[in-house]
Amino acid sequence: MSTTEQTPDVLVAPSQQSRGQRALRAVLGSRELAIAIVLVALVAATTARRPSFLTGSDGFRDLLLSPSVLLLLAIGQMVVIVTRNVDLSVGSTLGISAYVCGSLFSADQERSVLVVFVICVVVGAGLGLVNGLLVAFFRVPALVITLGTMYVFRGVLKNVAGANRITAGDFPAGFERLGTQQVLGIPVLTIIGLVVLVAVGYYLRTARGGRELYAIGSDPDAATLYGLPVARRVITAFVLCGALAGLAGAVTAARYATAYSGTGSGIELQAVAAVVIGGVAIFGGSGTVWGAAIGAFLLITINRALPILGISEYWQGAVVGALILGSICLDRYLSARRARHLIEARDDA
Amino acid sequence: MKTRGTRFAAVTAVALVASMSLAACGNKDEESPAAGDGGSESSATTVTFLPKNLGNPYFETSDAGGEKAVGEFDGTYDEVGPDAAAPDAQVPFIDTAAQQGINALVISANDPTALCDSINAARDAGTKVVTFDSDTSPDCRDLFINQATAEGIAKVQVDLITEQIGDSGEIAILSAAANATNQNAWIKLMEEQLEADHPDVKLVDTVYGDDDDQTSFDKTAALLSDHPNLKGIISPTTVGVAAAARYLSSSEFKGKVALTGLGTPNQMRDYVKDGTVTSFALWNPADLGYLAAYAAKALADGDITGEEGDSFEAGDLGSYEVGADGAVLLGDPFVYDADNIDDFDF
Repeated sequence: MSTTEQTPDVLVAPSQQSRGQRALRAVLGSRELAIAIVLVALVAATTARRPSFLTGSDGFRDLLLSPSVLLLLAIGQMVVIVTRNVDLSVGSTLGISAYVCGSLFSADQERSVLVVFVICVVVGAGLGLVNGLLVAFFRVPALVITLGTMYVFRGVLKNVAGANRITAGDFPAGFERLGTQQVLGIPVLTIIGLVVLVAVGYYLRTARGGRELYAIGSDPDAATLYGLPVARRVITAFVLCGALAGLAGAVTAARYATAYSGTGSGIELQAVAAVVIGGVAIFGGSGTVWGAAIGAFLLITINRALPILGISEYWQGAVVGALILGSICLDRYLSARRARHLIEARDDA
Repeated sequence: MKTRGTRFAAVTAVALVASMSLAACGNKDEESPAAGDGGSESSATTVTFLPKNLGNPYFETSDAGGEKAVGEFDGTYDEVGPDAAAPDAQVPFIDTAAQQGINALVISANDPTALCDSINAARDAGTKVVTFDSDTSPDCRDLFINQATAEGIAKVQVDLITEQIGDSGEIAILSAAANATNQNAWIKLMEEQLEADHPDVKLVDTVYGDDDDQTSFDKTAALLSDHPNLKGIISPTTVGVAAAARYLSSSEFKGKVALTGLGTPNQMRDYVKDGTVTSFALWNPADLGYLAAYAAKALADGDITGEEGDSFEAGDLGSYEVGADGAVLLGDPFVYDADNIDDFDF
């Protein structure tokens, strides 16, 4: 998408269509629509099989509530991946944040829920800053840096938490209620994710800083030559990703009412998978946060829907893998076709 | 990632152990006879507990019981373990313990066979190995401390659920990992008992929450939506039953679908008090760890060899006798409900 927007006018003539027509065309031709259709079809097929999946009061709530944690992680991961980096430490960050959240409450049940959420976000942002500084200044691929910090963060958590587990009794009732509370039928935890989604989506689409993240991911060397503040933007992306992982930690604690040294281990790869399925190029520079969000919903919903559709849970991993491969093949095909069209347009001109 | 992480950790551990054993080779031969000469009275018995995973309140309690027993006989207590209950995750810890030359290792095995090579290497190095809670093959440990007979555990859970649902209707099981030794044995026996004594109760599904909160949570939700006529759930694992209770307590099925299983009082207290759960069962894990530690001591001191008929003293718990296949039975499971739950704190 970014390629079309940045293409100089000489290659493609200005569109003759109205604003509305162009918006419609963009939506119809988008990768996001394709996975949204898969998601809707999945929900429809599952509901046909078991109506309570969508219409039952628990079913509808869980449909929206279950992806709330992965939604936050996928948004953060997308912002990092679009700069041609990756953050594998988000699961460990989430674990630390959830444990901090639980420790704060078990020390003082009267503590303000809002203050605890803010502390969790700040803790996550701090860990994200560590990642960002290491990646920006050591010039080592983020894959390696965050693989390291993933183990380091988890190790610190294991050392502090040991065998201790924070259980339902440690959390105040008000905080636990957040886990299932709904406003106008929509779970509060999902609303938190959606607000973050809209804010980040708006920033990436319209703000200068957001566009520069795409530019950095498209071609880091060109971005540096052009004078973009590459290091600062990359650090910001990691801080945002860490902060959202911290927020996801508080959301996890609210939903499951438990936290221990293993909380969130393994979820980092789900976040990467959600982003890739959502049509974000793993080498950065293209994709949208909307796609990543739909990818997160799809990934979680598949896991919940497959058993109802009569497919053994042992196949879930294989189905998710097939989705990732399908997404990447589709990406290759679409970008090859776009390149061909651009070349044709140039040759015709 | 988990497997890759484990493999990475395992390779690192193997490399470390290899370099340490090279370094330690020289003085090892001098040390062993010295330890033998000194006798076990003069040096404290070192006992290391290796639970399935850290952060599991059940093992927290059993290991605390073990620590108490080790304190009573003035031994040296240690606890190590992986943070996820993967089949081969315990291997590096066993290797390290053997390398340190500890007297006894008390393990709850994540897999009946995957650990045997490591355990046997440790035993060859002179470490006595006691399994508790979850056994390995009998040929690769000295003693198994059995928390209760599989029949007793299966029976208490079947009795509780059938009583709560009025002895008819659909029930389901939320287990731990699909290859968990003891859960699978219990489930098989529960199926047999249901078939034999409760013809109107139908077991419609068995799902696996992998002893992970999120997975157990989602599997409970799936069970409820998948089986609209479900009347009860048995979860024979502490993590699973707490997650299922958390989900049920905030769902439309609260009070309508019965839940029982093996849980700890602290985890279940809120859910028993708010009416989500009527009663659940468990032996006393602290006693289990306590007994395991005394058994480890008896082995390390050479008082027993693990043969059938051997007997030893286990502090406050009294005298125990080794049964067939080197197993020692703790006793009958205990039922917790609203009336007695406040008497317990673990």
